[in-house]
Amino acid sequence: MRMFGNEGAPLSMTDAIVCISDLKKSFGSTLVLDGIDINVGRGEAVVLIGASGSGKTTLLRCINALEVYDSGSIRVDGVEVGFGDSESRPRRRRSENELSGIRADIGMVFQLFNLFPHLSACENVMLGLTKVRRMPKAQARDKAEYWLRRVGLADRMNNLPGQLSGGQQQRVGIARAVAMDPKVLLLDEITSSLDPELVGEVLAVVRQLAAEGMTMIIVTHEMIFARDVGTKLVFMDGGKKIEEGAPNDLLRNPRHDRLKAFLARLEMH
Amino acid sequence: MSDLWSFTVGTLPFLWSGLLMTLFVSAVVVVISAFVGAFFGVGLAYGPLWLRVPLRIYSDILRGIPLLVVIFSIYYLLPFAGLNLQPLPAVLLALTMFKTAHVSEIARGAIQSIAKGQIDAGMAIGLTFHQRLVYVVMPQALRRFLPPWINSVTDAVKGSSLVSLVGIVDLMLASQQVIGRTYQPLPIYMLAAGMYFIINFSLSTLSRRLEARYAYVRE
Repeated sequence: MRMFGNEGAPLSMTDAIVCISDLKKSFGSTLVLDGIDINVGRGEAVVLIGASGSGKTTLLRCINALEVYDSGSIRVDGVEVGFGDSESRPRRRRSENELSGIRADIGMVFQLFNLFPHLSACENVMLGLTKVRRMPKAQARDKAEYWLRRVGLADRMNNLPGQLSGGQQQRVGIARAVAMDPKVLLLDEITSSLDPELVGEVLAVVRQLAAEGMTMIIVTHEMIFARDVGTKLVFMDGGKKIEEGAPNDLLRNPRHDRLKAFLARLEMH
Repeated sequence: MSDLWSFTVGTLPFLWSGLLMTLFVSAVVVVISAFVGAFFGVGLAYGPLWLRVPLRIYSDILRGIPLLVVIFSIYYLLPFAGLNLQPLPAVLLALTMFKTAHVSEIARGAIQSIAKGQIDAGMAIGLTFHQRLVYVVMPQALRRFLPPWINSVTDAVKGSSLVSLVGIVDLMLASQQVIGRTYQPLPIYMLAAGMYFIINFSLSTLSRRLEARYAYVRE
């Protein structure tokens, strides 16, 4: 069930589950994120589009604390991701253990799947459940099997990743992330390394999750998918948010020249 | 020919205790260096600077010096520092220190060869550093660690022959003692060589078995 329609009703801060404000991040002397503001409401699917190097992936990695941002704020369900506050040391970098706890509640699916090659599909999904959620093994197995069935891999549970196709591996990757019951699911170009005929099966899973109200932030180059699944599109360029709005609106009537140029380049392919 | 055969067989009891010493020295060195080297390898790969720098210096120095020099340094130089070690503890210490340096580099390489995406994936599901190491990195690093490690184990077995230079009767020195009494260098040396070969061939066969066993994990 979708809680916000495609029209992208304005969200107050309390509605938003992910609040990003004035986010800045540099790698060395290169400014990768230059003052990003994005709010993501519960059940929303925000799609980030933009050319390579525009900072989309870095933004996702910051939200999951895989990268440390320099300044600004990312709050997921009210909790600042990268920094903690204490009486004596405001804006203290979080310890590795604190970060682990925060990351457990934020799901991420990777472009290159990153499945654990020594573990079966089922064990890949179970690892976080048993070690992070401290779930008994039998219960974790039930849950892993439930999610693997949901992504259409009922007959592949005991296969190693090396024995699965790219599309199947990516569906395991999705199952591994959603089985943790994340507050928000981050999808980082999850179809970019797949053969074209395998893209559909992966996107179908994501569409289903979106329809069930999973909050998602999606980086993708699949514009049709972006338009169908996204409740809001954000166009990024040079580490800045250039334009944001309802998908149809943004794709049909781009206001900013850089977005027009970006869409024109896509048309040509 | 049958004379030579019975002669050779007759020397076996004299070589036997030497062989046992060689196996004992090798086993001690291999087991201790495997444990300590694995920890040093983790330190080299992930440790903070204050840990990494001394480990790096240790490893570079020990790997940069001939084993014989390490043995003589421990045996002949430590007494000047007031530490008098018996020959056996001295060579065990020297060989273990030397082997640990090599093992730590093998372990470091195996750990660092694990793709960064694996760490990212482990982080993303909320595994702590320790959990990522135990459940994600180590199982994968182990199979990259084994082949070069077994190779270095065979080096340790061969390297143990240097203990004869401080008077420990291993297979090497036992062979020389028998030769000293019988004036028959060729068959004795060949016998000793055969024994070293059998030990090391068994090890490399084991290595191939292990590699085959882990080969199903494709990436």
